[in-house]
Amino acid sequence: MTPTTRTRWAILTLTGPAYLWLACTIFLPLLAMLALSFLDKSPLVPKPASFTLDNYGAYFSKGFYWPLTLWSIQLGFWVTFFCLLIGYPAAYALAKRIKGRWREAIFLLIVLPFWSNALVRIFSWTMVLRSNGIVDMSVQAMFPGAPSIDLLYSYPAVIIGLTHSYLPYMILTCYIALQAIDDSLMEAGRSLGATAFTTFRRVVLPLSLPGIISGAALIFVPVIGSFMEPRILGGTKGATLGMNIEEQFTVTANWPLGSALSFILLAIVLIIFGILYPFLRKQGGEA
Amino acid sequence: MKRLLDGGIRFYLVLVLVFLYLPILVMALFAFNKSPLYALPFEFDLVWFRALAENDKLLKAGLNSLLIALANTVIATSFGTMAAVAFGRYAFRGKTLLQALLFPPIAIPWLVIGTAMLVFFFWTARAMGVPGMARGLHAILLGHVALSLPYVIFVVGARLNDYPKVLEEAAATLGATPWQVFRRVSVPILAPGVVAAALFAFAVSFDQFVISYFLAPPGVTTLPVEIYTSIRKGFTPEINAISTIIIAVSMGLMLIVARFYRFGGERSGNE
Repeated sequence: MTPTTRTRWAILTLTGPAYLWLACTIFLPLLAMLALSFLDKSPLVPKPASFTLDNYGAYFSKGFYWPLTLWSIQLGFWVTFFCLLIGYPAAYALAKRIKGRWREAIFLLIVLPFWSNALVRIFSWTMVLRSNGIVDMSVQAMFPGAPSIDLLYSYPAVIIGLTHSYLPYMILTCYIALQAIDDSLMEAGRSLGATAFTTFRRVVLPLSLPGIISGAALIFVPVIGSFMEPRILGGTKGATLGMNIEEQFTVTANWPLGSALSFILLAIVLIIFGILYPFLRKQGGEA
Repeated sequence: MKRLLDGGIRFYLVLVLVFLYLPILVMALFAFNKSPLYALPFEFDLVWFRALAENDKLLKAGLNSLLIALANTVIATSFGTMAAVAFGRYAFRGKTLLQALLFPPIAIPWLVIGTAMLVFFFWTARAMGVPGMARGLHAILLGHVALSLPYVIFVVGARLNDYPKVLEEAAATLGATPWQVFRRVSVPILAPGVVAAALFAFAVSFDQFVISYFLAPPGVTTLPVEIYTSIRKGFTPEINAISTIIIAVSMGLMLIVARFYRFGGERSGNE
């Protein structure tokens, strides 16, 4: 064997298992589902299926799916917005204001819930938000006679639960971006006469934009595909596209329609990435 | 003024932490509370942990989760590390494409990937004449490894990038045999990355709900799937008990790892 053939074999042996695995579990399944989305019968039915566009037609012609899609996208926006609103100042405080041991301790405390089960965290909100839950009881204790507050099974409940689930992502990405900003840049801005706010707006914010954008992408994508969280916290209110897809596969067993809806969801995700990508490119460079 | 500002910042961080930990603490509280209806006042009791010890379904699901997570860690870490070494140590045509292919498993919602796997596995199993094979623990393992591989390749790859190939070449030039190069240079470089990647792979699998949910046939479940089923049937504090155990164990492990990692980092820095 010549050295180049040997190298080629080495590369093939090293990458082969991982990519064969990914082909069989990600790429071929996606192709299979794309094919199924154009068929008129579920594979569960033992009859030959034929080509149809009805599954996509159903999505665009029935008014039923628009509110689901709209709510899924809105949910993505609200959760990303609240994660940014709460997470960015926290990341800023950690990266620029708190030093030493405290920073490490708080940082660890913020990423720690990350390593606990996502489902369990969503479940735990039901105990906080329901009537006679912790929120309700604290309000009653402070304002005796106030009307009972039952937030469970409502739109806000879903937003609160998902914000809680994904907040660490935003803090993490913003923290990494903010920490990389040299303090002397801020000092330079200040000494050249800019106010603290202007320095923030013209120096800190643009430099930390890649962190914000990657955090947004990391949050938006899973949130618009979510079905478990809206089901546990939203109950019958606020059905998402994800919940409907899940039902097509588990309850009504209409796999072709479910496949078409999955690809529509995927298309939305790709559009979002397309919008966010230029910002990442421009600001992040190779990073 | 400065002191006031600092106080405000600290107060804000405390509020964020309260938000992050409130539901977890509430859940643990009710795990130790006697009432089956999550009613207060609090009355300490271990009744739900005792009930849990006799709940074979939940325990079986927990064992399944653990076994799949361990198998996933071994497979994903080995194959992922191999691919990362190929990317880090060789230049070849198609490398950029292969690396780009790692993004879909991360960027596509799990719901889409999970349902796609269900469709493909169903067709494949039927074509092979064993339709029952479409779902099950083996299918769940297939899915988990696919999700873990990109993370492993990124984590190990990041580590390799910090240590250029010349280190290995230098060792070889100085007379080390290929085995010595591997044992004395490559392994120490890779080790911290591989350990971190393995932890990642374990966490990805042990936490994974969506993929497992679609690939679990009736009667065979992993812990998250079983918890979800129980929640939908109606809440029971047994779920609190097992959740409290999971959270305590996983957070405890992370704390240990965080400590270990700091020491590890410092030591390798001094060498």
